[in-house]
Amino acid sequence: MNEDFLEGFDAQTTFNFKIWKKLAVYFKPYYPRIRNSILMMSLVCVIDVAFPILMKFAVDNFISAGDLSMMLPYCAGYLFLVAIQTWTTFYMTKNSMSIEMLLGKDLKRASFVHLQELGLSYYNQNAVGWLLARVMSDTERITSVIAWALTELFWSMAYIVFSLGAMMLMDWRLGAMLALLMPVLVFATSAFRRKLLVANRIERAANARITAAYNEGITGAKTSKTLVIEKDNNEQFKEYANDLYKASFRNTRSNAIFQPLITFATALSISTVLMYGGAKTLFGAMEIGTLSVFISYATATLEPIQWSVRLLANFVSTQASIERFNSLIETEPDIVDTPGVVEKYGDLFEPKKENWEPIKGKIEFRNVTFKYPDGDDIVLENFNLVVPAGKNVAIVGETGAGKSTLANLACRFYEPTEGQVLIDDVDIRERSQLWLHSQLGYVLQDPLLFSGTIEENIRFGKLDATQEEVVAAAKLVYADSVAERQEDGYQTEVGEGGSLLSTGEKQLISLARAVIADPPIIILDEATSSIDTHTEKLIQNAISTVLSERTSLVVAHRLSTIRNADFILVVSAGKIIEQGAHSSLMEQKGAYYSLYKTLEIEDSIEKQLKS
Amino acid sequence: MGKQNHKRIPALKFILSHSSGQKRWFFLAVLLQFISVSANVLRPHIIRLALDYGIAGKELDVWDPIKPAMLRLLEPLEPIGKLAAFAVAAVVVSMLSSASTFCYRLSISWGTEQFARNLREKLFSHIQSLPFKWHSENQTGDIIQRCTSDMNVLRSFSANQMLDLTRTILMVATTLLSMLAMNIRLTLVTLFFLPIIGGYSAVFHKLIGNRFQSAEEAEGELTVVVQENLTAVRVVRAFGRERQELDKFDEKNNTYADLWLKLGSVFGVLWGLGDMVTALLVFFTVVAGSYLAAGGSLTLGEFMVFISYIHTLAWPVRAMGRTLTEVTKAGVASFRLNEILSHPPEDMREGMEKPGLDVDIRFEDVSFSYGEKEALSNLSFTIPKGKVFGILGPTGSGKSTITYLLNGLYDLEIGKGNIYFGDYEIRQISREHLRRNVGLVLQEPFLFSRSIKDNISIAKPGAQLDEIRDAAGIASIDGSINSFAKGYETLVGERGVTLSGGQKQRVAIARTILLGSPILVFDDSLSAVDLETDKKIRLAIAERAKGTTVILISHRINTLMGSDLVMTLENGKISDIGTHYELKEREGLYKRIYDLQADYSDQGGSQANE
Repeated sequence: MNEDFLEGFDAQTTFNFKIWKKLAVYFKPYYPRIRNSILMMSLVCVIDVAFPILMKFAVDNFISAGDLSMMLPYCAGYLFLVAIQTWTTFYMTKNSMSIEMLLGKDLKRASFVHLQELGLSYYNQNAVGWLLARVMSDTERITSVIAWALTELFWSMAYIVFSLGAMMLMDWRLGAMLALLMPVLVFATSAFRRKLLVANRIERAANARITAAYNEGITGAKTSKTLVIEKDNNEQFKEYANDLYKASFRNTRSNAIFQPLITFATALSISTVLMYGGAKTLFGAMEIGTLSVFISYATATLEPIQWSVRLLANFVSTQASIERFNSLIETEPDIVDTPGVVEKYGDLFEPKKENWEPIKGKIEFRNVTFKYPDGDDIVLENFNLVVPAGKNVAIVGETGAGKSTLANLACRFYEPTEGQVLIDDVDIRERSQLWLHSQLGYVLQDPLLFSGTIEENIRFGKLDATQEEVVAAAKLVYADSVAERQEDGYQTEVGEGGSLLSTGEKQLISLARAVIADPPIIILDEATSSIDTHTEKLIQNAISTVLSERTSLVVAHRLSTIRNADFILVVSAGKIIEQGAHSSLMEQKGAYYSLYKTLEIEDSIEKQLKS
Repeated sequence: MGKQNHKRIPALKFILSHSSGQKRWFFLAVLLQFISVSANVLRPHIIRLALDYGIAGKELDVWDPIKPAMLRLLEPLEPIGKLAAFAVAAVVVSMLSSASTFCYRLSISWGTEQFARNLREKLFSHIQSLPFKWHSENQTGDIIQRCTSDMNVLRSFSANQMLDLTRTILMVATTLLSMLAMNIRLTLVTLFFLPIIGGYSAVFHKLIGNRFQSAEEAEGELTVVVQENLTAVRVVRAFGRERQELDKFDEKNNTYADLWLKLGSVFGVLWGLGDMVTALLVFFTVVAGSYLAAGGSLTLGEFMVFISYIHTLAWPVRAMGRTLTEVTKAGVASFRLNEILSHPPEDMREGMEKPGLDVDIRFEDVSFSYGEKEALSNLSFTIPKGKVFGILGPTGSGKSTITYLLNGLYDLEIGKGNIYFGDYEIRQISREHLRRNVGLVLQEPFLFSRSIKDNISIAKPGAQLDEIRDAAGIASIDGSINSFAKGYETLVGERGVTLSGGQKQRVAIARTILLGSPILVFDDSLSAVDLETDKKIRLAIAERAKGTTVILISHRINTLMGSDLVMTLENGKISDIGTHYELKEREGLYKRIYDLQADYSDQGGSQANE
């Protein structure tokens, strides 16, 4: 949260056209609409400038001279302008909204599509919240500036130019006098803006600290109570709250100057008009109607100046959003299928399934050396392993020892730094990612589900599965009990991320999801979290069903899984320290032996406690 | 994200009831508002006088009581002088208006920010004082959202909309009065249009409201799709479901955009109509004004005043609809905050007894339940003072509940038994005193995002580094701390080093040991520490804190072995109680687990028996 707050203040103070140009591809389809908006705005602006002139006509003819003969055409003209203005406002609003939403839709889609292509290392480096903000808020900021601020900026600037022009035409000296006031106002406004930016930054930082303090105060409430430090916490919080108070007040104080400043500048220009124009009128050198037009313009021109400055600042600050959007879009995916592969097998979105070879299930790591793109340590060095079709490999070791590496490589989430990963004796880089992924069964420790029904979540593993297939898959892994316990059965909504189900239930569903397509290869990261005995039993049985007759790589935690594996790899600190079958490793009495023993004793204690 | 609670209470009342010293700032703001509104109403009249009296040479038409004074001032002047006088007057009135607007902003933001600061403090300290039960029943995210977002809604309401209403009323009233004083007939045009503009604005917001909500819900659904996709990126990749995800995304993205596009048309119609109504008001005023002027009952100056008034009136009246929306939002926010504040805080039993607690602790027929589920039933046992008392039991057997009761995190219900510290009933003891003396180390302790040093000394501010090191030594964490580059100054938490579970537990132990409480409770707080270190810590405590009553909850027999007395707990009931030597001989939970442990040791496990 904290970082996000400071992100907006990349100290950009100048308009940079290059940054905007990068988005030209996305803007292009909307150029006609943007052009229309700007044209409409100019029309609105001309009408806005025309109204005081109509007023002058009324003043000169009707009010001063009392001659009402032109009343009818005047009314007709006036109402005509009102009608045009009403229509343009309507059209403009619709048009701008369509630019905002359609362009927004495109930008969101582009970033979403790109996110589907980026590799896991990108996801490891960027938090979900950060990415989500890129897709949702940054795109919205960009589009709202293009759709609304751009036209408003045009209006303000055009209004200033047109009204100045009109004034110059009527009386260039008075027009020039008023024009002189403008740079002063522009300068004052921008000076204050900069000050405001700093005040704003301080306020946000103070605000972020308050949020963090609430977070700590609430999450740590139990601990605070046991240590009786509530009062100290309160004192500390008071300090933070006071800092925020000072910062906020300073911020509003800087902000509070704008409106009065405009009011005052307006008064100055009105007084100038009164003095100079009034004197001219006195000597008959100016019609009284002209004086009234000048008063109208003097009243109305200063607001747009302040607006323009603010809108420009808006444009500048949006550049940060564009840069963040670009940094996402421009990141090259680290795992790409070669053009040849794409041609034969299709890409992520348009697969050519007719050319796909079925997988038998042999996995081979040949001379694999690997280090994570964002890490320095070599995790695997010249690693060789052949897993014949249908065999189980268990990977064991402490948490955080790097057990998932082999699974990551087999899934082609990462590619070996050197060497090859082969499936059915073919380097997996010679096939498309989708070819591989469509034929894998994958079960994660944290069983991530999607909003939707139980059935939809199981069908995720095989999109064209019939309802019978869904039920059969569920039965196979004992997940049918989960559905049956719910009122709506398979149609039960699982909630966001599956939050309405228990952890054990989610695990069962994710197993069903993995087996429904009857994949020849299973990648499984067993869960460690303890769940109730009944579900634990179900899961254990389900896992043995899933693993039988399939090639599998299992990050294993359960004794039964480890014991039954054909081959075991023991990982420590990112390296494989022992490998072999269960019995031979036990005989070695090394790391595996003590690990297994520890697991065994914990398991039995757990069982005893639960029985 | 789903359906939110839309109950509300009046925001104005809520804000006023939580601003003690700030009311005067709000009052001052209203006063300043009055000045600036008056100045704004006055300003067009100066132009009127300049036009009618200064230029057209008509009679000076002002309020009778000030007329003689003004005439005395203006009559001797040349026409140019008169104009100059009006020009200066316009600037002066403007300065008055600017200055009062500025001061108005200052005083309202002063009041608002003080109110916000006080309410934030109140919320924080109130949340700290709420019973643990409340904390376990409410979600952190929701509470934080209330304290930040709802707080900001209220703050913005207080700074922007709260006094909009008074401003609008003041302005409409003074302007209309001024209009009526000049020309009743021309005022009728405005009087006819004002309710139309106001009513249209209200209808507008009612019309938009529902559509707006469905658009927001659509945005919520779109966000969920993206968020789930990003969170479950491994699953999406592993199953090759990018295409399907994209289709799902497209569907939500299109729905969202379509809703807004439709809203765009509605906005277009309504904004267009709004512009039209205002323009028509000006138009009718111009036409009617022309006829009146032609008939001689309206001067040019007066006409200009009318036009200028209409421009200033139209905006706030049109903004009323928006103000009403904000009032509603602020009302909801007030309700949500009030829900927190109105929950009664924990009774700290201040002023109650503060006896020495190096005494026997006696449970007498204690039962406890969380809602329906009974966690403890009819427990009676004694923890002798100065002894180590072990508790063994499966998850959910009620072990932690015992520690929560001892520490006063939960209260015993009347009639559900009693806990005695020596001769004192637990209900007679000041809660703060109780917690200071019962040092509880939780299984999953929370460390604050400060330095390790500050974390250890958090409950004993001002502790010397020697003491802190000493406590860290007992908790066997001294070595690890010294291995960090910044040693005791190392920051932990989000912005610092991530400690392992075992390291966290040991820091928490050090922090409790530093307190020197006569009773120490370890709620499975050595679970993430290896057996060797576990033993070292226990020995160090036994040696250094002689006479301390230690209550030790653990799954590990090795840990429990050294206890003077061990109690086994199953399903909230005591299944056995005795010394290690007694229990390992008796059939039961303890023996079963002891045997397993012994098997393991026989097979060459390196854990030594004590």
